[in-house]
Amino acid sequence: MTVRLKVNGVLHELDVEEEAPLLWVIRDEIGLTGTKFGCGIAQCGACTVHVNGRAQRSCVTAVGSVQDAEITTIEGLSANGLTPAQQAWIDHQVPQCGYCQSGMLMAVSALLEANPHPSDDDLAQAVTNICRCGTYPRIRAAVRALAGVEG
Amino acid sequence: MPTRRTVVLSALGTAGALVVGYAAWPSGRIGRANALDAGPGERFVTSWIKIANDDTVTVVVPHCDMGTGVLTSLPQMAADELDADWSKVRSEAAPSDPLFANGSLAEGFILGEQNVSVDSIPAFLRGTVANGFRTVAEYMNLQVTGGSSAVRATGMLGMRVAAASAREMLVKAAAARWNVAANDCETKASRVIHTASGRSFGYGELAGEAAGYDPSSHPQLKDKSQFKIIGRPVQRFDIPRKVNGTTNYGIDVKQPGMLYAAIRISPVFGAKLKSVDTGVVHGRRGIKQTVKLDDAVVVIADRYWRAKEAVADLEPVFDDAADGQVSSASITTRRAQALKSGNIKVDLKKGAGVDALAAADRIATVYTVPYLAHSPMEPMNATALFKDGRLEVWSGTQDGLGSRAFCAKAAKLPLEQVTFHLQPMGGGFGRRLPGQWNFLEYAVKTAMAAPGAPVKLIFTREQDTQHDYYRPNVMSAFQATLGPDGMPAAWVNNYTTDDGANSEAHIIYDIPNQSIGAVQVPTHVPTGPWRSVEASWHGFFVESFIDELAHRAKQDPFEYRRALLKNAPRHLATLELAAQKAGWGTPLEKGRGRGIAIFESFKSIVAHVAEVTVDAQGKLKVDRIVSAVDTGLVVNPDGLKAQMEGGVFFGLTAAVRGEITIDHGAVAQSNFKDYEMLRLADCPDIEIHLRESDGPVGGAGEPGVPPVAPAVANAIFAATGVRIRDLPFKNHSLV
Repeated sequence: MTVRLKVNGVLHELDVEEEAPLLWVIRDEIGLTGTKFGCGIAQCGACTVHVNGRAQRSCVTAVGSVQDAEITTIEGLSANGLTPAQQAWIDHQVPQCGYCQSGMLMAVSALLEANPHPSDDDLAQAVTNICRCGTYPRIRAAVRALAGVEG
Repeated sequence: MPTRRTVVLSALGTAGALVVGYAAWPSGRIGRANALDAGPGERFVTSWIKIANDDTVTVVVPHCDMGTGVLTSLPQMAADELDADWSKVRSEAAPSDPLFANGSLAEGFILGEQNVSVDSIPAFLRGTVANGFRTVAEYMNLQVTGGSSAVRATGMLGMRVAAASAREMLVKAAAARWNVAANDCETKASRVIHTASGRSFGYGELAGEAAGYDPSSHPQLKDKSQFKIIGRPVQRFDIPRKVNGTTNYGIDVKQPGMLYAAIRISPVFGAKLKSVDTGVVHGRRGIKQTVKLDDAVVVIADRYWRAKEAVADLEPVFDDAADGQVSSASITTRRAQALKSGNIKVDLKKGAGVDALAAADRIATVYTVPYLAHSPMEPMNATALFKDGRLEVWSGTQDGLGSRAFCAKAAKLPLEQVTFHLQPMGGGFGRRLPGQWNFLEYAVKTAMAAPGAPVKLIFTREQDTQHDYYRPNVMSAFQATLGPDGMPAAWVNNYTTDDGANSEAHIIYDIPNQSIGAVQVPTHVPTGPWRSVEASWHGFFVESFIDELAHRAKQDPFEYRRALLKNAPRHLATLELAAQKAGWGTPLEKGRGRGIAIFESFKSIVAHVAEVTVDAQGKLKVDRIVSAVDTGLVVNPDGLKAQMEGGVFFGLTAAVRGEITIDHGAVAQSNFKDYEMLRLADCPDIEIHLRESDGPVGGAGEPGVPPVAPAVANAIFAATGVRIRDLPFKNHSLV
C-alpha cells in the first residue's frame, strides 16, 4: 500500500503500513534522523514534530493518520539559517548532550507560534518534554528572552 | 620501544600539518599492555594537536561528547598553552584512525610528576594499575569519558603539556628560519614573533618544520596568572549541530543495506533462554531472521518498527529458577541482617571509635537509597557489521578503545580485525562506562549470527530501564553521641556495599571519635557507576544525619557545620558562600523551609541551600537551589555552571521520584510512566556561584549531584518536621 507523506514540503510516496509510527518512517524510510526516539509512548517528547504547525509526538502517530498534513521536522524548521529559537538556544548555550533538543525546539517553536509571549507557566504547561541533562533553567531563560519577558 | 621521532608525523596528506600524538608504531607493539610495561621515569602522553596551513589549530580530544563540553574545555586548555588564536581553534573527537584506535601512546612528554597520584584517577579505575605514570598512561589509553576526569586528568596532565610542547617546537622552527635564539622569540595569537625585529610567522607556515623537532619532555607550562583562554566562558563547539538535528548519535548511524534488530532479554537478570517459538513471526513483512542468544531473543528486520513489533509478539521462556523470587523487600531484609551480623569491615577508625558511643543518649538511625536507572535520553544501541572475518561497530560509549577490545572479545576475534566507531552520546551519566556494555555484546553477537549486513540493535525504553547497571540500593546505619556542647563526640556509620569500602563515607567534619565500615551484600542485580557514584548515596546519608545531630543539639544546621569545619578553610568558605547567597537565616513564611548540605567529590566541593514549600495537602515544591562550587581551577565558567545546573536537576529528579524496585527477580518499572522524571514545571530556580581556589583541579560533571538530596530533605524537615531517611521523597507523606 502507498502512504503519501509531506515532510518539510517534500511529498513522499512510501510503501509502508498505515499503522507504522510516523517517527520511524521519518527516520528509517525518509532518512531524517534529527527526530529522536526516546520512549515510544509519548512520554518524553524527543520525537516531537509539527503536524500542520502543531507540536505532536510522532512515536505514537500512525502515518496513515497524517497523510494530508504538512509535517515539519527539525531539519525543516528553518527555511534558511537559524530560527530565533535556535539562535536563542546557542546564545544561552542550552544543549548539553543535545539528544532531546530537536523535540524541545519543535515544542517551543509551536508554542511561540501560538503564543509569542509565553509566561513561565505557559511554557511549563506546553513543554513537557524530558531532558535528562537538566537544561531546563537555560530553556526557561532562552524562552524568556524570545518572549521579551524578563525573569 | 619506538624512538621519539616516530611519535610525530610531519605530514597528514594535507601538506604542512603538524601532528603531535599520532604515533606511527606498528600495531603489535602498542596498546595498553605495552603502556603498562613502561618503567619508572618513562614518559607517556597522547597529545592531540593538528595545525593546518591556514593557522587553524584542531585539537583532537580523546574523549567522546556526551554533553559535558569536553570538546571545548580541553581545547581551551591546549589553546592557552599553545598561545593560539581562539577564533581559529577547532576540535574533534579522537578519530577512529587505526593509529589512535590501536592505543598509541606517544612517548615524549613528561606528566607533571607532582600531579600524578592514584587519587587523580576515578574510583572505577583505581586498582587496575599501580601508580604514577603507569596509572596515567593506562587511564589516558583507556580513552574513558567519566569520573569527572577530562579536565582533571587529560587536560591538566596531557593537553596542556602537549600544547606547550608544540608551542616550543613552533618557536624552534621560526628561530631556525631567522637564525636567532629561541629565547628571543615570543608567541601570540597563533604567530611566532621575533621580539627585537617584530618579524613573525603564522603557525601554519611553521607547522611542517616544527614537526621535525622532537617534542620536549619538559615544556614550560604557564602559570595560572598567564591564562588567557582558560577561565573564559567561550561558546561550545558542539552546540550549533545540536540545535539543527545534525549531530550523528549512535542511534543515527546509517550504513548501506542496514538492517534493524529488536531484543527481548530475560527479565530476571542472567536467566537463560529455555525455549521460544520464533515461527510465529517468520514470514511477516520485513522479518529477516531471529537469533537466539544466551539470555535473549532477537528479531532482525528491514525496519526497526517491524522488528520491535515482532519481538513483542514472541513468548520466550527463561530459566529464572535461581533468582526469580528476589524482591526489593528480600534484598532490604538481607541488608539489614548483614548490618546486624557484626561482620563489619571497619576501614576508618579515629579516637576510640565505637567505644566512644555513650551507653545512654545514643542517637541511632538507618538510611536507605533505592536502585536507580541511568535513563539517558538516547536508549542503548549499537550497529555492528560482521563481514569477511572483520567486525565493524558503531556506538556511543564512554570509552572507545575499551569498547573495541570488548567487541573483539565478544566476537572472539583478534583486535586487529575489529574497528570501533565512537559516536556522540545522547547522555551517559555512567551508563556507557566499561563493565556495562550489554548493548554492545548483544549487537555484536547478533551481527555474528547474521553476517554480511550491518545490523542496528536498539533497546526499547523498556529494555533500557530493565537492563541497566543500577545505582545500588544501599543501607547505612548511623550511631552518634553528642558531647556536652552539643557537638558530635562519636560518629559510627556502618553501611552495605555491593563491592568494597567507599572512601566517600569518610566525613569532612572534625569529630574526635569515628568508626566507619562496610559489609558486603552482593545480589544478582547488576550495578554500576551512576553520576557521582558512591557520593550519590553517602552524600545523602552523611549530610542528612549531621543535620539530625544539629537539630538534636538545638543548633542552626549551618552554624553547626561551620563549627565542625573550622579547620577546613575551602569547605568552610564554600559553605558560607552558599549560605550568604541564599540569605540563610532570613525568615520564611509558614510551610516553607530551607536546608543546607555540603559534599566533596571528584576533588570539587559543592554546597547547596534548598528552599521548599510544602502545602497543606503535603505537596512538595522545590522553589530554589543556591549552589556554591569550588573546583580549584575553572576552565569554562559557563560550561561549569551548566554542568552544575544539570547535576542539581539530575540529583533532584532522583531524590523526588527515582526508584527502581525488584519484583520476582526483575525490575518492576519499564518506562517514563512508572520510572518518572521531573520536567520543566518541576524545575526550581537554580543559582550557581563559582569559587576559584588553589585547591586541586576538581571535576564538574558529577559533584553537583551528592548534596542535592540532603539539602532538599533538610529543607523538608525545616518546613514540616518530617525527616526523610529513605529515598525517594514521593514515598513519604509530608502532611
